[in-house]
Amino acid sequence: MLKSHQPRKRILVEMRGAGVFRGGRWLVRGVDLTVSAAEIVTLIGPNGSGKSTTAKTAIGVLKPDEGTVERERNLRVAYVPQKVAVDWTLPLSVERLMTLTGPQKPAAVADALKAVGISHLAKAEVQTLSGGEFQRALLARALLRDPDLLVLDEPVQGVDFNGEVALYELIRDIRDRTGCGVLLISHDLHVVMAATDTVVCLNGHVCCRGTPESVIGSPEYLKLFGARAAGTLAIYRHHHDHTHLADGRVRHADGTITDHCHPGDGHHHDRHSHAHDDARRRDA
Amino acid sequence: MAITMTATAMRMTTLGGAMLDDFFTRALVAGIGIALTTGPLGCFVVWRRMAYFGDTMAHSALLGVALAFLFEINLMAGVFVIAAAASVALLLLQRRGALSTDALLGILSHSTLALGLVMVAFMTWIRIDLMGFLFGDILAVSRADIAFIYGGGVLVLALVIWLWRPLLAATVNAEIAEAEGLRPERSRVVFMLLMAGVIAIAMKIVGILLITSLLIIPAATARRFASTPERMAVGASLLGALAVTGGLFGSLNFDTPSGPSIVVAALVLFLISLLPLPALRGTAIRSGSPQT
Repeated sequence: MLKSHQPRKRILVEMRGAGVFRGGRWLVRGVDLTVSAAEIVTLIGPNGSGKSTTAKTAIGVLKPDEGTVERERNLRVAYVPQKVAVDWTLPLSVERLMTLTGPQKPAAVADALKAVGISHLAKAEVQTLSGGEFQRALLARALLRDPDLLVLDEPVQGVDFNGEVALYELIRDIRDRTGCGVLLISHDLHVVMAATDTVVCLNGHVCCRGTPESVIGSPEYLKLFGARAAGTLAIYRHHHDHTHLADGRVRHADGTITDHCHPGDGHHHDRHSHAHDDARRRDA
Repeated sequence: MAITMTATAMRMTTLGGAMLDDFFTRALVAGIGIALTTGPLGCFVVWRRMAYFGDTMAHSALLGVALAFLFEINLMAGVFVIAAAASVALLLLQRRGALSTDALLGILSHSTLALGLVMVAFMTWIRIDLMGFLFGDILAVSRADIAFIYGGGVLVLALVIWLWRPLLAATVNAEIAEAEGLRPERSRVVFMLLMAGVIAIAMKIVGILLITSLLIIPAATARRFASTPERMAVGASLLGALAVTGGLFGSLNFDTPSGPSIVVAALVLFLISLLPLPALRGTAIRSGSPQT
């Protein structure tokens, strides 16, 4: 699957050494990240590791304080943020939400709601939806934009397990059909969408990157996920050459301990990712 | 009231210009014009939880009045500039991040009002009807004011309609709006300028201390009956016009200041909207629209 999307490399967004400094500290630093057309990139990392910050920087919601972010000209982005709170005083139906940032044909709206499985909620006010239902509505809205780049910040939060598998299948279908790039933030450190081309693990910087391992063929995971889910979910094994200590400092493979882990301290993550590649080759 | 009504009706038969000779008609025409303008803007104030922010801009209007007298410029222009400046000042102070927005609003709101009051007291060479500015004065509405209200009102509404999608998208989620190219920061600046404009044109009728109520109460009342943001905006305009009509007739009848009378009328409508009457929903706006 990875190979089939490799040849036509149309880069949608490219971050180089991007860092965001807010409230006296670096939220992320030294992030190199590209998303190409038809590529699914999954960001993982613990809470506060800068996943959302990285995604927002990639699409221009946040401006980087160092490094560069380049986007394709006239890139059409669709964005599902982690949290959307609609004030109760705003009468907003699911249908009306679909046309929030641009006009849509009613038939297209109906199709999108059907695709995410909430056709029956078209007239419902968004404040009355459950977390999972609202998440689906936001995803439908994003799909309707027919984006070049789809950015999803924890799109399956509040969605039950079967729903999660179905939504991941939907996202993969969209990518296969439209060839859009997908930047997806996963709430899970180890389980990611199987169709992911590149996993990027963040913790204030890029800790490691690689491809997820297919679950199919591994009986114990098959038992864990079930047969259908096994085709949709995959395991990501981290290959870290450093450990984030409880006090925020970082212990590197060579035993040295530094306050932070960013390009300036001599432990550049490019070296890490090369190390991962080597490790992966050895594993294989 | 009946006498005035017939008097008004008789004047209606004469030229339109002659109709505006009557101070009450002028106030009514002006008030309805203001209410139609404040409706949609008030909805955004409610949706964005900016009631206190609106109050702060309105309170700064008295400083604008004082400066307008001092430099002998148009009152509305003075109020517009100062209200806009207050919102810019708030933005800059927010960026510094030393105090919460709530505290900053408290400081700006009352210090601009106090500065205005002190400056007015110093200008002993000018007689200023302070009560009129604070609580509204229907006697003070001139033909020029009506021209300003309708000219300004049409401009405000045209901008709101033109920027409706970005304004609404930024209200629901600024990050989505930004990511999808709708420039929420621009919407925010335009919104603040529109607020300053509405405060400038509404000051004479409703009074500085009560302008925000004409933004918030009709919008809150309309929420009960509205199923879309657009209907809520139109409903707020119509309910505001109804409140202005009722309030001004009350003001004339009972010799009460116009601003508080309008607010009381708006409050009555709001209380009616709270009644558990299922029949109100959806139909109330149409049947309840003013007969003006």
